[in-house]
Amino acid sequence: MKKELVISKIERGTVIDHINAGKALLVLRILGIGVGSSDTVTLAMNVPSKKMGRKDIVKVANKFIGEEELNKIALIAPKATINLIENYDVKKKFKVKLPPFIEGILRCPNRNCITNSKEPVTPKFYIKLRNDNVLAKCYYCGKVIGNVDEFVI
Amino acid sequence: MRFRHLISIDDLSKDDIIHILRKAEKFEDVARGLKKLNILEGKILANLFFEPSTRTRMSFETAMKKLGGDVINMTAQEASSIAKGETLADTIKVISKYVDVIVIRHPLEGSARFASEHSEVPVINAGDGAGQHPTQTLLDLYTIMKECGRVEGLKIALMGDLKYSRTVHSLIKALNMFNNRIYLISPESLRLPEEFLEEVRAEEVSLDEVIEEIDVLYVTRIQKERFPDEEEYRKVAGSYRITAETLERAKELIVMHPLPRVDEIDISVDKTKHAKYFDQAFYGVPVRMAILHEVLL
Repeated sequence: MKKELVISKIERGTVIDHINAGKALLVLRILGIGVGSSDTVTLAMNVPSKKMGRKDIVKVANKFIGEEELNKIALIAPKATINLIENYDVKKKFKVKLPPFIEGILRCPNRNCITNSKEPVTPKFYIKLRNDNVLAKCYYCGKVIGNVDEFVI
Repeated sequence: MRFRHLISIDDLSKDDIIHILRKAEKFEDVARGLKKLNILEGKILANLFFEPSTRTRMSFETAMKKLGGDVINMTAQEASSIAKGETLADTIKVISKYVDVIVIRHPLEGSARFASEHSEVPVINAGDGAGQHPTQTLLDLYTIMKECGRVEGLKIALMGDLKYSRTVHSLIKALNMFNNRIYLISPESLRLPEEFLEEVRAEEVSLDEVIEEIDVLYVTRIQKERFPDEEEYRKVAGSYRITAETLERAKELIVMHPLPRVDEIDISVDKTKHAKYFDQAFYGVPVRMAILHEVLL
């Protein structure tokens, strides 16, 4: 059987590979790419993968997304790998690293938390990994979240 | 100054806690009126209580005044009119320009941490919703130190509402830090949340099993509103009630309670050698003196 590329190569830009299957749209949301952004984005979901069974891939053309920004993806896709592409070649390749502290990405599920009031406040969380699960602890009220992808703003 | 604000007991190291307890000891004579000190003369404390409080507010006021400082109060009624319009952030920005230290109690969790971000002066958390109440924890530890002679290596039972009690949530972490053996005694529906059980070493037991060996019995109030109906509440509350008879098999144990009690400790206990809850309320004064001294000088 003839091998086919699911999505075409990009000449220049950022490729985010090994995203947990079904999480590509959430990755774009974390990166702030959505309605109103003019970036050319190609996206593949549920692509067969040797390592992961199924995975998602996101390619953002003509844009090198910063490492700190990309590391936020680790919240929902801890195994994601990043390829920065120049002239169709991989210029730099790295794995995302979980940031120890994040601001403005998650909301606190505790309805009685100050971050869910009318006060001018950005939610902040301490992040840690336990048994391969990402745990986020609210900087303000201390509430711990295990299912972080449900609370992406 | 070891810390600028006091928001959560988690922000303090074991060393910081010992430092405050030792300092409180030095202020005890002043708290008892045996000695006079004016080291906080010219300083003003603002009590911002968005929720009612008697003991905490008054003991902060007493602590400040006994060290020569002055106090301004915002009552719950004034607080509610502020809450209608102004943000907490703005209230804090304004008041921190008037005073030298702010003591805050607010119904939202995380409010004290948030207030400290907007304040030009130290902020002390006097309870944020079901969150933290660090000065209560410090006075609890002080009571244990004074009455048991140490805060380490003791057997301590926490009894009552372990699910919603912020006092218990703060205290249990501190007790764990000091290598105490912790026993938990509560109705099934008011057990300590799993997230705490993962962080601290504690055993769930019945009072009967441990009454002869424990050094401290820390009792908390079981609130009626936590139960679906009155009958269920009465059944549970009745089985978690301490009387002089309950303590007959006890040895040197002390009974503590953050107060106010409703009927979880019978007045028959008051006259026994075990009752230390009123002393505990007094110890709030030297401990708060130590905290005010720490953040103001």
